[in-house]
Amino acid sequence: MSDALTIGFLTSVLAAAMMSGSAILYAALGEVLAERAGVLNLGVEGMMLMGALGGFAVCSWTGSAELGVIGAVVVGGLMAAIHAVLTVSFQANQVVTGLALTIFGGGLSAYLGASLVGDPAPDRFSRLDIHLLGDIPGIGNILFNQNALVYVAYIIVPSLWLFVYRTRPGLNLRAIGENPATADAMGLNIARQRYMYVILGGGFAGLGGAVISLATNPGWAENVTAGRGWIAVALVIFGTWNPARVAAGAFLFGAVEAGQFRLQGINVPVSSFFLNMLPYVFTVLVLVFSTLRTRRLRIGQPAALGMAYVREER
Amino acid sequence: MSAPARTSPPPVARGWKFERVSNPSLAAQILVPIASIIAALIVGSVIMLMAGENPLGVYREMFDGAFGSNYRRSETVVKTIPLLLTGLGVAVAFRMRLWNIGAEGQFYFGAVFATWVALYGLPSSGAWVVIPAMMAAGLLGGALWGGIPGVLRGYLGVNETITSLMLNYVAILFASWLVHGPWKNPVGFGFPGTVVFSPATYLPTWGTTRVHLGLVFGLIAAVILYFVLQRTRWGYEISIAGHSERVARYAGMATGRNMVIVMLVSGGLAGLAGMSELAGNGHSLQRELSPGYGYTAIIVAWLGRLNPFGIIVVSFLLAGLLVGGEQIQLSLGLPSAIAPMLQGIILFFLLGGDLLTRYRIVRVSTTKAAS
Amino acid sequence: MQETNPATVRDHSIMPSASPLDEAVAMLGITKRFGPVVANDNISFVANKGEVHALVGENGAGKSTLMSILAGLYRPDAGELRIGGMAVNFRSPGDAIDAGIGMVYQNFMLVDSFTVAENVALGLQGGGIAPRLAQIETKLIDFSNRYGVGIDPQATIWQLSVGEQQRVEIIRLLIRGATTLVFDEPTAVLTPQESTDLIQTLRALAAEGFCVIFISHKLGEVEAVADRVTVLRHGAVVGTVNLAETNRRELARMMVGRDLAGALLEDAEVDPHEVGDVVLAVSELSATSDKRLPALGEISFEIRAGETLGIAGVAGNGQRELAEVITGLRPATGGSVLLGGRDITNAHPRTIARAGVAHVPEDRLRSGLVGPLDLAHNAILRTYRRAPIARGPMLATSAINRFTNRLIADYEVNPASHAARLRDLSGGNQQKLLLARELAGEPALIVAVHPTRGVDVGASEAIHGVLRGQRARGAATLLISEDLEELVALCDRIAVIYESELMGTVAPNETDAETLGLMMAGTRLDDIQLAASA
Repeated sequence: MSDALTIGFLTSVLAAAMMSGSAILYAALGEVLAERAGVLNLGVEGMMLMGALGGFAVCSWTGSAELGVIGAVVVGGLMAAIHAVLTVSFQANQVVTGLALTIFGGGLSAYLGASLVGDPAPDRFSRLDIHLLGDIPGIGNILFNQNALVYVAYIIVPSLWLFVYRTRPGLNLRAIGENPATADAMGLNIARQRYMYVILGGGFAGLGGAVISLATNPGWAENVTAGRGWIAVALVIFGTWNPARVAAGAFLFGAVEAGQFRLQGINVPVSSFFLNMLPYVFTVLVLVFSTLRTRRLRIGQPAALGMAYVREER
Repeated sequence: MSAPARTSPPPVARGWKFERVSNPSLAAQILVPIASIIAALIVGSVIMLMAGENPLGVYREMFDGAFGSNYRRSETVVKTIPLLLTGLGVAVAFRMRLWNIGAEGQFYFGAVFATWVALYGLPSSGAWVVIPAMMAAGLLGGALWGGIPGVLRGYLGVNETITSLMLNYVAILFASWLVHGPWKNPVGFGFPGTVVFSPATYLPTWGTTRVHLGLVFGLIAAVILYFVLQRTRWGYEISIAGHSERVARYAGMATGRNMVIVMLVSGGLAGLAGMSELAGNGHSLQRELSPGYGYTAIIVAWLGRLNPFGIIVVSFLLAGLLVGGEQIQLSLGLPSAIAPMLQGIILFFLLGGDLLTRYRIVRVSTTKAAS
Repeated sequence: MQETNPATVRDHSIMPSASPLDEAVAMLGITKRFGPVVANDNISFVANKGEVHALVGENGAGKSTLMSILAGLYRPDAGELRIGGMAVNFRSPGDAIDAGIGMVYQNFMLVDSFTVAENVALGLQGGGIAPRLAQIETKLIDFSNRYGVGIDPQATIWQLSVGEQQRVEIIRLLIRGATTLVFDEPTAVLTPQESTDLIQTLRALAAEGFCVIFISHKLGEVEAVADRVTVLRHGAVVGTVNLAETNRRELARMMVGRDLAGALLEDAEVDPHEVGDVVLAVSELSATSDKRLPALGEISFEIRAGETLGIAGVAGNGQRELAEVITGLRPATGGSVLLGGRDITNAHPRTIARAGVAHVPEDRLRSGLVGPLDLAHNAILRTYRRAPIARGPMLATSAINRFTNRLIADYEVNPASHAARLRDLSGGNQQKLLLARELAGEPALIVAVHPTRGVDVGASEAIHGVLRGQRARGAATLLISEDLEELVALCDRIAVIYESELMGTVAPNETDAETLGLMMAGTRLDDIQLAASA
């Protein structure tokens, strides 16, 4: 047990946490955008899978992992476009549409990717040590000896936070999710904004998939995301739709995931299965808490989340 | 003093509006699902062509694999059973506009409870005792798991979609823990699972096929559900509440309590599905007891228009899709994932096509009375 | 439709503005129809800069439609619109906003979780990605100082009182360049103190040169704030007067209409009937509205068997809450409701219905009927738990169909089929079915709220006949309506509700239109009688 608590062990766990958490992080950030706009997207898992496949496929064809990432983002966005069309324009039930996308994405990716299973990746995002910073003992190893996609996350998380809370378009975004009638009266085009953010969210989910197939577990295998898309959905709630908190949650989850691999050899009293339950249980608790509090205070979930918006006559 | 004369009532703002049609006609209700299936098959073939396959050949092989012989048809029926039961469970909740997507977790919980009965509760009892006990356990376990989001929604107003979804994973992980840990079969051959149950727990099968009693559960459940929903006071309350919570309140109906009851029933049916899959098919609790039945159930319920008899038909068709998928994997070496792919596409068309039956596009009529 | 009484009313054409330069808004010859209903009939309305112009009338008079045209939401079928002397043609609300028209509705367009500054920033065009909140905050403070509209730019909306939220709406309009402000019943959601503050604000705005249009039915406030008043009735202008040259009685009469006097004098009592014991005794009943304002302020009244008591008043003065409290759909915060001596205060709606209370709700399709279901499903909403409709837990289909068909036949509902979908029926037939259902159990008390709203003439007559028949049977009826003619025709006594209190109760054959109008606009009966005898 004392082995577990050495600095070396901790830093290696945390470093792995950054890496494995980044996939979920991107997907969760994308979902934050979509849900902030008032659209619940339960198709994240399917989009991540398609993104992972798309990224790997493009990389295989072009030999470049960077192009693969672009491919992943595009694929994720296209999948999300289906969701947007059905839920925004056709006002279909958001829950069922999202699930259909997950099932579809899972099936399509397994089908199209069958021939790519087991192929080696011609290129990948390998560890990119940053000199100087990477040499700082402890922190340096955790933060600055990662792959490029993790470094991109360092920029994206604060940018997204700033965007949501400190810019005009972010203000408009929050308004749409809170009170679409008011946003509409103030001249915002609800449908167009929702399309935009849902598709953007899908792009992020695709990016998250690419992290897996091009960085952490290079290659393609059926169902390579193993449910991470669902964790991303949970994290959005767990992080109360706040990009910074969601990032913290993703990191936490990554730590749990990385930690339990390493703990398996050691006799830890708590089974990994229960550790894995924690994000889901916490999400339920956060949701209950936030619902009870928002009864009066409207803090927390975008008030109009999950409801199609139809302009009513006054 | 003249303004531009208007010859017809001008629209407000955008000018077009989707107006709900009262009740979609029965013809529309059946045609749209059929049209969705056909459209999906077409889109599916396009995808297959792009991947270099011959769609007609694939479809034929799938159809053959699912329905081509008596044995194959019976295998399809075996797969129908869990879909039917979970589909019914999901439909009950959906009717009240409770979006229960936790059928997967409720399935597992029912299976877990039934497993306990089989292995520890009544390990040496005869079939007449243990099977009903397992049924009760399955119902109880599923109901319990469905009741949690039910109570949270009915009395606290917490969104049941997310809570039921999250509980799926808790249930699956719990079952996995049991199967890898305390209930692990010591002579496992590497497959994580419990010991095989005693034959007393096996549900009787039909003739030489593997079709088991679970089918009867499902059919009876469908009929009971139909009658309860159409013909009982409680079903009436569900119907009213599903259409309008305000009218339910006006009539003094106990909506919160009804929500909990509906979720208990919904979960219970999924739990029963878990038990029947155990006792009829797998005969031991395994990690992979359900290949996503709880999620496919949502498609079944939606495609079956939340109607118990429609669900019987649709669950059979979708089971055929799944079995056909497995077939082409065997005979053509193609991924069985074509099945979920097609399912997804069918649902897309259904969701889009729904719009055409439930709404019609109307020029915004300005007959609103002056106020 | 025009009535003239040269002695008291100036004239019925437009009051000429002091000079065309002063004209802020001119709506000339405006006509607007919705199907067969003429909402605005050749209305001419002019409001000037620097004045507070009140637009007065009952519900259905056409005020909201007229202002919706001004706001660019509707286009008139005929007529011309001039803003600041220039002819305009609004194709959308955006055009109206550009022309400087600012509307303040009762439902505020504010995001609760945002601050004041963020709400003002919402949807503002131009100026890059930064929201420039600091700039807006400065502007807000500046404006609020100028017009005495105190607002903290960093306060979050949900923390503010309704009055403060309204001020945010006003300031937002000003910042966006509104020069004409239209307020739709703004004091309906305010406390008396906030109303006083608002009136001061409106006068200050007018003094600054803005044109303020103030829609209201509360003559007390109109007197306190307005320079001129335009009275609408049944879609047409009754007259435009300077407040200095008229008085409340005259305004009330203009609002309510002289033709009513005829009906009142004729004594609508056609069928003499006996009145029995007290059925409904409401005693010091209090309740709050959804917005947590007082809706009922210790109201007391009684209704006897065979008697119909009408509640008149402009919508929003507590009528809805009164009906809801009596039928158990809203909690009473004080007082009691006794039905035949039995205390049903805050009882469960089902208990109350079983005790013999029928409820015809104000919005039948949202509260009382389910559109997508068939007539049978709707018909059994009250009786589905007992025999013969239910046999144990099961519903008896044949009994249901029989029951439904009987209702349909008795009340002449068309189409005469229990399987017809409710939504396919006309408003009148829907209402007839609802009445049929509610009255099936021969209730002791009928609570009917706007029973002929949205119902054609033929069905209205039929419904009136039904209500009279019920009265003859010995039911006590509480009839809440905005239609004074309906009230006069059906009621034995009429009480007027205004801002959660009863202004007085009169018998139709012992009162006049003027008195009713005054009560509806805020004067107590005692005060009216006092003034009359003075």
